Parts: sequence; structure tokens; C-alpha cells
Amino acid sequence: MSPKSHKRARSPRPQQAILFAALGDDTRLALMAKLVSGKPASIAQLGAGSSLTRQAITKHLRVLERAGLVHSVRSGRERQFAFDPRPLDAMQHYLDRVSQQWDQALVRLKSFVET
Amino acid sequence: MENKIEKTIELNAPVARVWRALTDYREFGEWFRVALEGPFVPGQPARGHITWPGYEHVVWQAIVQKMEPERLFSFTWHPYAVDPSVNYSSEPPTLVEFRLEPIPTGTRLTLTESGFENVPAHRRAEAFRMNDGGWTQQMKNIETHVAQKP
Repeated sequence: MSPKSHKRARSPRPQQAILFAALGDDTRLALMAKLVSGKPASIAQLGAGSSLTRQAITKHLRVLERAGLVHSVRSGRERQFAFDPRPLDAMQHYLDRVSQQWDQALVRLKSFVET
Repeated sequence: MENKIEKTIELNAPVARVWRALTDYREFGEWFRVALEGPFVPGQPARGHITWPGYEHVVWQAIVQKMEPERLFSFTWHPYAVDPSVNYSSEPPTLVEFRLEPIPTGTRLTLTESGFENVPAHRRAEAFRMNDGGWTQQMKNIETHVAQKP
């Protein structure tokens, strides 16, 4: 996979609300489950074994793409879709960091008011 | 995944004492490590330079929301807004709330910070990157300072 073959999600600033909305759907969660193994898959592969139409899968993938959770890779004449964990990682790290800072600030406050 | 931070701490000090430490701008600055320019006023911005060694060039800014004496103090701000070359004002802020409650041993303080669902993804990633090396050392400096000045 060369960087050139990556087509990034349209939205440059996926926000957490979009992220949660994207994940709050059984069909999309099922699609994600197929993609988290790390191997890109085509629409046909994603639809194998399910009753979903090509159109429905495309629609759901677009939602995941907007949230930055999936990006498409062109492979010959076909588009393949790959899982991108970065939006989830970034969110968790960010909250962890802010949270740690508050822990430290509150410890300073405690020693400040208790002396 | 939580999109809100909530922390509760019990302080062995009366509510009035904690209220002053939170809302007197000089006292707030002492433990929060910021030299504020003036008192907190609801609806008004509060600003000042961070007093952490190495970060003195960074301006801290918040907008005071509520000041309900000895009960609630809140402000909005941009967490990790530490890059002087970036204008954060167009980005959605988060809301910080300090709630005070008297308990037999003193005060129960509950801190919440909410609104993270609106923080742009690139900022979240940046906060993680910039923080990893530098702040750890700064925290050690602060701990040393507090220990020396109980």
C-alpha cells in the first residue's frame, strides 16, 4: 500500500459526535468487524454472506469514511476499504492527557487549601 | 468511550476556603500556575501568562460562566491551547465546572470537563504529541515546588 493509493476521508476534522454516530449502527459495526483485521476489502467481499445490497454497503461505508474510521484504496479498477484506527486512538489519548492534568491540578489545589 | 472528564476529591478545608482558592484570581493562579491579570467576572474573559517554567510565553485564557458562591464555579476554555501561533478562538471550547459540597471533614469538590465531542480531531492528536515529553518534566518541577512550600 503506497501512500499515493490512499484516499483520505473527506472530512478533515472528524469529530467525536460523528464518530459515535458512525459506530452506532449494527450494519456498520458488522462492516467494521470485517475490516479491523487490517486487510482492505472490496464491496463485494464485504457483502459476501450477507443480504446487503451493493448500494447499502456503499452508503454505510461512506458514513464510516466521513468519521475517518475507514479509507478507500484504489486497487486496479476496484475500490477497497481499509480500517483506520486513528480517530479512536486520538480521542482516547486526548482525554487521558486532559484527565492527567486535572489530577495534578487537583493535588496542587488540595495541598493549597489544606495548609 | 467517555467524552467527559469527571473527578471528585475530598478536601480537608471548609467550603468557604475552597471557594476562595477557586475564585480569587490570585489564589487560583497559585495552584493552577497562571498569573491572571484580574478578578474572575461571569461572562468576562480571564487571561494571564502561564507560570510553569518553560511555558511563560503561553497565554492562558478562559471565559467565566457561572459563579454561584460556595456551590458552582465554571468557565469555558480550550484545553491544550498552548501554541502561541494558533488562534484557538474559532474552535469550540470545553466547559469546566467545579461543584462544591460541604461534608463533615470539609468539602467534596467535583470537577467536570465536558464538550470534547466538539474538539477537532487534529487538536486532539496534537495535544497528545506535544504533551508527552515536556510536561512530565514540568510536573516534576511543580511537585518539587509544592513540597518546598507547603
